[in-house]
Amino acid sequence: MEISANTQSIAYLISAVLFILALKGLTHPASARRGNYLGMIGMAIAILATLLGSEVQSYGFIIAGVAAGALIGFVVASRVEMTAMPQLVAALHSFVGMAAVLVAIGTYLNHDAAGTLNPVMMGELSAGIIIGAITFSGSVVAFAKLQGLVSGAPVKFKGQHMLNAAIAVATVLLGIHFGMTESMTSLVLMTLLAFILGFTLIIPIGGADMPVIISMLNSYSGWAAAATGFTLGNLLLIIVGALVGFSGAILSFIMCRAMNRSIINVVFGGFGSESGGEASAVGQAAQKGVKSASVDDAIYWMEDAGKVIIVPGYGMAVAQAQHALKEMMELLEDRNVEVKFAIHPVAGRMPGHMNVLLAEADIPYDHVQEMDEINPEFPTADVTLVVGANDVVNPAAKSDSSSPIYGMPILDASKSRQVYFLKRSMSPGYSGVDNLLFYQDNTSLIFGDAKDTIEGMVSALKGGGH
Amino acid sequence: MPDTLVALYVFVLSCFIGYWVIWGVTPSLHTPLVALTNAISGIIIVGALLVTGLESVGTAAEIFGFIAVLLASINVFGGFLVTNRMLAMFKKKDK
Repeated sequence: MEISANTQSIAYLISAVLFILALKGLTHPASARRGNYLGMIGMAIAILATLLGSEVQSYGFIIAGVAAGALIGFVVASRVEMTAMPQLVAALHSFVGMAAVLVAIGTYLNHDAAGTLNPVMMGELSAGIIIGAITFSGSVVAFAKLQGLVSGAPVKFKGQHMLNAAIAVATVLLGIHFGMTESMTSLVLMTLLAFILGFTLIIPIGGADMPVIISMLNSYSGWAAAATGFTLGNLLLIIVGALVGFSGAILSFIMCRAMNRSIINVVFGGFGSESGGEASAVGQAAQKGVKSASVDDAIYWMEDAGKVIIVPGYGMAVAQAQHALKEMMELLEDRNVEVKFAIHPVAGRMPGHMNVLLAEADIPYDHVQEMDEINPEFPTADVTLVVGANDVVNPAAKSDSSSPIYGMPILDASKSRQVYFLKRSMSPGYSGVDNLLFYQDNTSLIFGDAKDTIEGMVSALKGGGH
Repeated sequence: MPDTLVALYVFVLSCFIGYWVIWGVTPSLHTPLVALTNAISGIIIVGALLVTGLESVGTAAEIFGFIAVLLASINVFGGFLVTNRMLAMFKKKDK
């Protein structure tokens, strides 16, 4: 059976509508799964319509590729740990980037053989290759950092920005040269330089900026698909590319806003080691020293509390403390304590990272609240328990204009009656900024591994409390 | 109107749809959003199929196309499945 070009176009339109509805489904957790199914149907329709169209005539390589890809995809997706989601996403982004590069080069070869190249198409091809290649190598670096294959620390050297600019200019010039001369050499050189550019752009970016980088690469993978759509004159690819591209761009914007930084600052700046000095509020407060507390102290306050708010951060993910937290939540609820979780937009290594980990631990999503929702509730909380978060609760962001994180929206943990900080050591947060909250009179630090500490609280509560 | 311009129209209007739809997504589902858009960007498989399936395709293009089909399929299948797994975990309080 072969379908006509018109039938195929209608099928693509249906598929595009289904993708839009799929994204729309994510408006609420209750409709999200149905949305995902609509996306699957949309994808199935698009693939079938393409296979049945007149362009596709040989199926051997296609069947082999899809079968192998489906198998790998199933195995990886069903086995991956939820904590490894940022890495998986980075890896998948790299595949889209590489596929875009390969499709563009394949299209070039096919049209070159048929003698149907034209300048507009070669311009579109070049755009697809450049964006795809940057997406690929950038995502590979992000993956390596998230997986711990290389250090997550920013890699910086002198003249970095100049080098990046030089590579970018050279890449574009080669693209233009290719468009004018059809030179294969320019095409290959351009592709190689774009791969290098993706690498050098992402290598200076540190681990805690990963939510922005993941979003940005998500966006690039969309633009790569859109560029491929222009090359092939395929409207479905263009629509989907634009949707994905915008999704990533908006997420990047939300993440940057949550850090009070511009995307330029995240990509090219990064936090330095500048310190506020002794004269700053933090410096003065630090002279007071910190109070440390035991698990029993914290339980004493929590078991009779009206409301406990838990602020999870990347440290919770590292310690895998979410399951212990769920147990503690239930034990506290049995004592009629209201327990809520407060999520800062950039907590963790990707957008929404904490929500997924808490959901994995079976913590109901109506207990989990976003920053704007929960902030008015801190003054009514008896205890705030900070688990592996740091910068996102630092009041210096509000009060200390010399602080590098000044202006960043924070969770108002400092306004609750008691604050307990679970910390491994006194080391400052990612930004290198000391935390004003440590030195507040109502704050105590509980040193140790977050999971061990929470489990200690759980057994204390089980043993009848304080 | 030339085809490239039609494509540009579609592109720009789709950007607006993307803008409105994505702002509606609840922040608690941002990780599934990234995973779902990832799966959807596997639509690049359509391009890969078109390159690979051409009747007169050369060997080099066929190999490139094959790898592209493979990578895009991993994205499509892996992306939708992992999104489904994640979304299945988001539950309301059932007591």
